Amino acid sequence: MKVSEIVDILEAEILSGSDQEIDVCSACGADLMSDVMAYVKESVVLLTGLVNPQVVRTAEMMDIKVIVFVRGKKPEEKMIELAMEKGIVIITTKYPMFLACGRLYSAGLTGRGVWD
Amino acid sequence: MSGGIIRQRFVIPGNDFSTAGEASSTTKKILSQLGVKPQAIKKTAVSMYEAEINAVIHAGGGVADIEIDQEKILVKITDEGPGIPDLEMAMKEGYSTAPDSVRELGFGAGMGLPNIRRYADKLEINTEIGKGTTVEITIYIN
Repeated sequence: MKVSEIVDILEAEILSGSDQEIDVCSACGADLMSDVMAYVKESVVLLTGLVNPQVVRTAEMMDIKVIVFVRGKKPEEKMIELAMEKGIVIITTKYPMFLACGRLYSAGLTGRGVWD
Repeated sequence: MSGGIIRQRFVIPGNDFSTAGEASSTTKKILSQLGVKPQAIKKTAVSMYEAEINAVIHAGGGVADIEIDQEKILVKITDEGPGIPDLEMAMKEGYSTAPDSVRELGFGAGMGLPNIRRYADKLEINTEIGKGTTVEITIYIN
């Protein structure tokens, strides 16, 4: 699923990154960054309600190229800059975590985002 | 990669979560530039990042030394913090002594050391109460 489709499905707004052609195979919804690092697979979009620079850092370490902030959360400017520097797309959606994940799943993003 | 050994030292500032991860980020960049396999890069980046966060949370910062040769990546994080009273417990998933302020950042859930062990090919921890802790992570490149 392309970033542009994610934006449409989540009626979301892009805050950083212009590469809408990035393709993801699955998603991971988590607020605990250590869990993201423990379990996440390749090519995922990370959905989170946690807003701090360590989210971008975690994404960087895990080669996660797309982060969706749920519940209408918006990171501060410094975080957006950090994401831009790392080539990470940041999206914000007004949907809460459950609905955001559900909408992406219903639209066909059904791959497992984490290791068993 | 040529035959030499690359060494780099980073200072990890204490209690500064906005810059926590800089050392790991720079190391990741160096490894990419050297053309190291992506899997080895990720293993190094994640394990070093968790160790870096640990030094910030528990020890008021520290020092990270990395050494890269043709066979392996060695990451040594040294701090002068309080030491780990019960290392066996600290290695268990879910065991944490981190304060709530750290949990709010998405860490402190007792996954740090277990994650380091998960990604490191070799892990050695030396700790002494009141003196500090050294975490040595080895990742084999091939």
